[in-house]
Amino acid sequence: MSSDQTPPAAKDVSTQEARMGDGADDRFNSTLREAFGSTPFILTKFDKFMNWVRGSSMFMLQFGIACCSIEMIHTYAIKHDLDRFGSGVPRASPRQADVIIVPGTIVSKFAPRMKRVYDQMPEPKFVVSMGSCTISGGPFQEGYNVIKGAEEVIPVDIHVPGCPPRPEALIYGVAKLQERIAEGESSPVTVKPYELEQFGDLEQDELVDKLASEIDEEDLVMRYNWNDSP
Amino acid sequence: MSLEKPSRDTALDVGVTEDGLDYDALADLLGGHVLDREEHVNAEGFVIRPDEVQEVLSTLKEEAGFDHCACVTAQEYDDRYESIYHLRKYNDPTQELSIVVPSPKDDPHNESAARVYDTADWHEREAYDLVGIDYDDHPDLRRILLPETWQGHPLSQDYNQDQPQIVSLREHANPLKDDKRSEDDPDTMFVNIGPHHPATHGVLHVETVLDGEQIADLEPDIGYLHRCEEQMCQQGTYRHQIMPYPDRWDYISAGILNEWAYARAAEDLADIEVPEYAQVIRTMAAEMCRIASHELALATFALDVFGDFTAVFQYGIRDREIVQNLLEDLTGQRLMFNYLRLGGVAWDLPEPREEYFEKIRDFLDDLPHKLEEIHDLVTGNEIFQMRCVDTGVLSPEQVKQYGATGPVARGSGVDYDLRRDDPYGYYDELDWNVVTEQGGDNFSRVLVRLREVEESARIIEQCVDLLEDWPEDDREIQANVPRTLRPDPDKEIYRSVEGAKGELGIYIRSDGTDKPARFKIRSPCFSNLQTLPEMAQGEYIPDMIASLGSLDIVLGEVDR
Repeated sequence: MSSDQTPPAAKDVSTQEARMGDGADDRFNSTLREAFGSTPFILTKFDKFMNWVRGSSMFMLQFGIACCSIEMIHTYAIKHDLDRFGSGVPRASPRQADVIIVPGTIVSKFAPRMKRVYDQMPEPKFVVSMGSCTISGGPFQEGYNVIKGAEEVIPVDIHVPGCPPRPEALIYGVAKLQERIAEGESSPVTVKPYELEQFGDLEQDELVDKLASEIDEEDLVMRYNWNDSP
Repeated sequence: MSLEKPSRDTALDVGVTEDGLDYDALADLLGGHVLDREEHVNAEGFVIRPDEVQEVLSTLKEEAGFDHCACVTAQEYDDRYESIYHLRKYNDPTQELSIVVPSPKDDPHNESAARVYDTADWHEREAYDLVGIDYDDHPDLRRILLPETWQGHPLSQDYNQDQPQIVSLREHANPLKDDKRSEDDPDTMFVNIGPHHPATHGVLHVETVLDGEQIADLEPDIGYLHRCEEQMCQQGTYRHQIMPYPDRWDYISAGILNEWAYARAAEDLADIEVPEYAQVIRTMAAEMCRIASHELALATFALDVFGDFTAVFQYGIRDREIVQNLLEDLTGQRLMFNYLRLGGVAWDLPEPREEYFEKIRDFLDDLPHKLEEIHDLVTGNEIFQMRCVDTGVLSPEQVKQYGATGPVARGSGVDYDLRRDDPYGYYDELDWNVVTEQGGDNFSRVLVRLREVEESARIIEQCVDLLEDWPEDDREIQANVPRTLRPDPDKEIYRSVEGAKGELGIYIRSDGTDKPARFKIRSPCFSNLQTLPEMAQGEYIPDMIASLGSLDIVLGEVDR
């Protein structure tokens, strides 16, 4: 064996450079990788890491109610492009979604259905309420049929005011939500006056007696006590 | 295809004269049925007995040519209930007649008109739901907007808004479950489409029964966005408090068109003359809204048919963004403009005017190319044509029976456009065409919308020319209107404009105060949606989805 093939002289490379690689693999390098430097390890709490991941990749529910949903469409679509912020894939099924944007007026007939859709979403789930109607009923607050805000039915993390809010406002709201999720904050579950319950469990009164022939005991119902609404 | 009105069938012209309808001739036709005659601002009202509704209406329909039952208004007076059937003609909507049917206070009921006009079915259900009038011989008198278990009728006088209500969430039953010819007949399948479903364009619920993949029975269930628009308007003052609400009926950027419906009715009620300059601005802004609205209709239709959130949908949204910017420059808002005022508009064009005109012209210059692009992508696409040509066919007779208007009617060859037939604003001074297609299928309806965008662009261009040359000292944007508007008591009016989806009509009755005593909205989508079962019966379920998309309903307007 000849001694022509001497091993290449050990180059003076840093560990970081060695790990970063070169040539064809260059595309795997990222700013993040660079930021980590030489260590392939990061030290963090698991919860913190999970929160960061959650906030950075959110699946929204494709859920349109009223006027605000038009501005919501514009937020998803070109120009405003919510996808830039890692939250732009609207899912048609609540089972695949973790954020629900409530874009519009909620009326008595729809509230039980919205509650059902919300219940179908897997935990952890977050709610962005969009527009004045979801805050207080908005311009329709005095209507006989209008629920005075989304918080009467489901807990809400972020309220975006406006009638309707501009797409920029909704993006700001979603960004705020991401920030809160990343920091592990969540809203306290607020009091929800209107719950889905079985008809048989309702307190007996005149109205319940009157409807007894129309509704089965096991049927889920939502009872609106308009006087107790804010 | 032109501004000339189609020729009339003279056999049905009872009472038609050169200067409008001769109501005496119509009263003679009805003979003893007419108990009394009222003057409404738009037409005369014939008062008839509550048990002769079918007879009177079918006489008027068969012998006097009133083939369009535009609206049914119900209201409660201190001493009686009243239903008003607003009749007009498809070939000349300026020929109007109101049939007024009073019914007793203690037991309000009158004969149903649903056997004469199919469209009265839903209108009467709504009247029953909100006001509480019973219609005898109605095929299916149930609540339509409010939940089945609702207590009371909210637009009646003794309704207590604070009483608690219970709404149930019960599984819907298959209406055809036991409908079998024999034991071995396969089961039908019941499918709920909506109220939360991407293809229903909002919170519509379609109860569908499938036999295999074909639709055996279908019923749209509405009311998931019934936000009391009529009550809101009845609580607001004419001058300022009502105008923000129309923006929220048809919320797909069609705000100005809706505002105009209210403005036109209230201006005619209070005898307000709008300055010409303001009319030109209104016309221009309204057509921009129409473009924005049709762009979204196309985008969502493509989304339904292609299931494609990326390409075609985004093309539509891209063009909408430009129109919305133009409207924002003009009105200050992207969606809820609140720009029209009774007697004019809120403010003049944005300064510098030349820059604004330049922007509009740029948009109009780019538009033909963009439309061509959309035609290449959508209407020229073979898959699209396979889905849309000859599916969801609606005949002109069905259109008239259900009172369908707008692109839905024009897609079936019914030449009906209020901008030409019942002129308002500046439309009769401009050069443009009414677009019709003969097919009556999903494809025709889409084509009508796309071609209407071109016509709207022509109108805008002419308006810009006019505005550019308008003398500076004559730019009057607002007529002189009293600060508090109190129209004379007991004046009644029904006025409509051509909204993005069709005939958007407003009925107002004044009672001498600064708020309307009754405010009824005739929404085009409400009538158009009624045709869905006709289109979908026996068809495949994907064709039904395409039909629903091509109807271009917006639930804010269906439910109000």
